[in-house]
Amino acid sequence: MTAQTLEQRDLAAVIGLEVHVQLETDTKIFCGCSTEATEDEEPNTRTCPTCLGLPGALPVLNEGAVEAAVKIGKALDADIPEETSFHRKNYYYPDLPKNFQITQYDAPICRDGRIEVEIEDERREISIRRAHLEEDPGSLQHAGGSIDTADYTLVNYNRAGTPLMEVVTRPDFRSPKETRRFLAKMEEVLEYLGVFDATRDGSLRVDANISMVPADEVAEDGSIAEETLESANRTEVKNISSHKGAEKALAYEVTRQKNAIKRGRAVEQETRHWDESRGVTVSMRSKEEEKDYRYFREADLPPLRVSGWKEEIPIPELPDARRDRFREEYGLDEESADKLTSTKEVADFYEEVAERFDPDLAATWVADNLLGELNYRDMRITDVTDRLDEFARLVELVDEGEITTKNAEEVVLRRMLDEGEDPDAVIEAEGLGTADDDEVAVAVSEAIDENPDAVEDYHAGEGGALNFLVGQVMGKTGGSADPGDVNRLLRERLED
Amino acid sequence: MADADLNVFVTEERIEGEDDGPLAGKTVAVKDNLSTEGVRTTCGSAMLDDYVPPYDATVVRRLKGAGATIVGKANMDEFGMGGTTETSAYGPTRNPVDPERVPGGSSGGSAAAVAAGEADLALGTDTGGSVRNPAAFCGVVGIKPTYGLVSRYGLVAYANSLEQVGPLAPTVEGAAALLDAVAGPDERDGTTRDPTEAVDDYPDGSYADAADGDVDGTTIGVVSDLVEGADEAVVGAFEDAIADLESQGAEVVDVSLESVEHAVQAYYVIAMSEASSNLARYDGVRYGKSGGYEGNWNDAFARAREEGFGPEVKRRILLGTYALSAGYHDKYYKKAQDARAWVKQDFDEALSEADVLATPTMPVLPPKVGDSLDDPLSLYLMDANTVPVNLANLPAISVPAGEAEGLPVGLQLVGPKFGEHDIVRVASAVEN
Ligand SMILES: [Zn+2]
Repeated sequence: MTAQTLEQRDLAAVIGLEVHVQLETDTKIFCGCSTEATEDEEPNTRTCPTCLGLPGALPVLNEGAVEAAVKIGKALDADIPEETSFHRKNYYYPDLPKNFQITQYDAPICRDGRIEVEIEDERREISIRRAHLEEDPGSLQHAGGSIDTADYTLVNYNRAGTPLMEVVTRPDFRSPKETRRFLAKMEEVLEYLGVFDATRDGSLRVDANISMVPADEVAEDGSIAEETLESANRTEVKNISSHKGAEKALAYEVTRQKNAIKRGRAVEQETRHWDESRGVTVSMRSKEEEKDYRYFREADLPPLRVSGWKEEIPIPELPDARRDRFREEYGLDEESADKLTSTKEVADFYEEVAERFDPDLAATWVADNLLGELNYRDMRITDVTDRLDEFARLVELVDEGEITTKNAEEVVLRRMLDEGEDPDAVIEAEGLGTADDDEVAVAVSEAIDENPDAVEDYHAGEGGALNFLVGQVMGKTGGSADPGDVNRLLRERLED
Repeated sequence: MADADLNVFVTEERIEGEDDGPLAGKTVAVKDNLSTEGVRTTCGSAMLDDYVPPYDATVVRRLKGAGATIVGKANMDEFGMGGTTETSAYGPTRNPVDPERVPGGSSGGSAAAVAAGEADLALGTDTGGSVRNPAAFCGVVGIKPTYGLVSRYGLVAYANSLEQVGPLAPTVEGAAALLDAVAGPDERDGTTRDPTEAVDDYPDGSYADAADGDVDGTTIGVVSDLVEGADEAVVGAFEDAIADLESQGAEVVDVSLESVEHAVQAYYVIAMSEASSNLARYDGVRYGKSGGYEGNWNDAFARAREEGFGPEVKRRILLGTYALSAGYHDKYYKKAQDARAWVKQDFDEALSEADVLATPTMPVLPPKVGDSLDDPLSLYLMDANTVPVNLANLPAISVPAGEAEGLPVGLQLVGPKFGEHDIVRVASAVEN
């Protein structure tokens, strides 16, 4: 062993995550209230006696939330127990209607799972220790913005009772960047399962544990001895709400901890709050480590037998598998396959179009044209899934030569998205049908007659002259002629 | 004695039910921990002095649907914590039989209302004897149903794994008819069960129909461990009642429940632990005196709780918090759960030897008002015969079995899970 002190050794980061995701269910986890916030809803209106924690109200388990959890368990390749039950986690906080949270303790719905993440072209496996269901608390609004300086705090219980899944990883991350990749991957998987909506405000919240260990104690395969982990002081970073935030908060923490150790100071075992706007973590000073939640069984919710659920509840093909299949089955390159499996809805859309046309043509149209135009407009594929037939019609028109690719892309698709019109209506309105042969022939004759200088240049061997004449013909036909055809016709006429 | 002197109700207010129904024309007193929409529900606590629920408890809805008229919210020990109705923030209720004495508790207002004729019937709640105890002390009938037979939705929780809503009435048939009206599964309470699905050979017919007084051939197991600890005067009345049942054709056997000597400790650990969590929501933000305190949230919560809760409630919250704490959880809470499992098993065995079990409901006669408040331990020991039944989730009834020293004595009958018909039948024979 080296006799060097810690401050002289190279350090490596060890990070584990606790990820809270809101599950997409119709109703809250223990009552019939909707989980969907309506626009401009008043505080404390999407509530009932149960999610307000009124005296005497009882929780009744929404089995839809358990189903969603089982789907996640299957996707994480986790163990699902025979029976799952709930506990109370007791602590006082104004956003908790009952001053206890109903959660899972010794019988979580998922245990020992894993998720593969691509990090620097390498597929890494991150172990999931457990994943359990719980109820979301309400939300607090501090008058004046900050908890320290607020004169008063308002409580809104509309969010209270939204089903949450807490996914706890092993300390398998070695850099802040890896956590970001992991979160993106997990979100992708959850969206494929249809149990998560990333666009919902506050749908993802992350706590991270981070400590520094001597770099030479990290084995080749990335593993670290239990004793090494235990002897390192950890901080818990709370209030992270995005992938990017995780990377930034943890990068800050790595630097802070490294600096502390280099200066010979111990890293304090504490909870720190990520202040997104200032880009720093701040000590919360509360001794979280000493908190005693006095867990005990929630007698109001009888244990639920879920032994057969893993077999009974189907899950869709997951993104990695689908990506591989797209490359194999449709001969797509890596980039197209990635784009076309970015969400389940995109992949479903592509496969329907690919069934009707050549998969290559479908890939170009969905991956390059449609997704590009949607992205430009801040729209999502789900905004047009019910217009798949119109989109297919557009591809069909191009495929059959009824309209040029250029017009289809630049005029028809854009008007379809901007004005909500169907492709035939746009073509009609814009007069975009492919020019017929006579019309093109007339335009070619005119272009030759009107531009004797260009004709002379052509015969003199100047390459630019032909392009100029093609442009003239295209202009006369309003872009509806096929540039290849025009090129050929011009050559024929000029060589006569 | 006039009601004002007995202090039966915390809030006297009429709530009319449907015009028709099996309870049409009946008046019912409802314990003040059962939520009534638009009518304040205090749980006998200053903390909930101005709390008006926006919804009805399922049992209240069923009462109204059955045509009953609710006449008031009956006084009770604060949050059900007590056996004499003296811990109420609204003053003690007095026993109609002898106003110098307590009516028992915690459903003392409910039992007194029936005994004094202030209401035809009453609903109480029974966490460790809170229906049977005041029924015995006031000389009326009270039933603690099998856990899961009656919905707890709207019952303000004290110890939610133990408690059930139960009827009180002057007669066994009356109590059984009230049970008929409120029992049955409720989608708002996930612990309720349909008894016809929960046990084999569930009998047809209502509970009221079972009050036919026929005990011929029924085996009654007298729980010797729970007779021995009772006062002599109580035992005398109890034994007379048992002899009478024997003369009506019942077979009487002695059974022993060894586990019951641990039942009181186990009960209090579990009940207080659950209470410490169930009562956490009363923090001054939405209930009790709010605001005006300086300092952080925890300080404000502590001040509101200091002000809003009475001493017995504070004692139980503190002890329950302690029992659940890291380092003590295994020693107290877990051990109590083990004891509970043992009690259940013991009852199962005893009920394989007898159809129903019999004990004195209360080991003592009703004490005088003010006598027992200073000695919580003796109060807790008063529950020795009733708490084992809650630990075992079983049904039990207390039926008047004569008098001793001019005061009522109650006989408790315990049945198997969802065996309400059995205990009603035997209790109705005691009335003969
Ligand atoms: Zn609700």
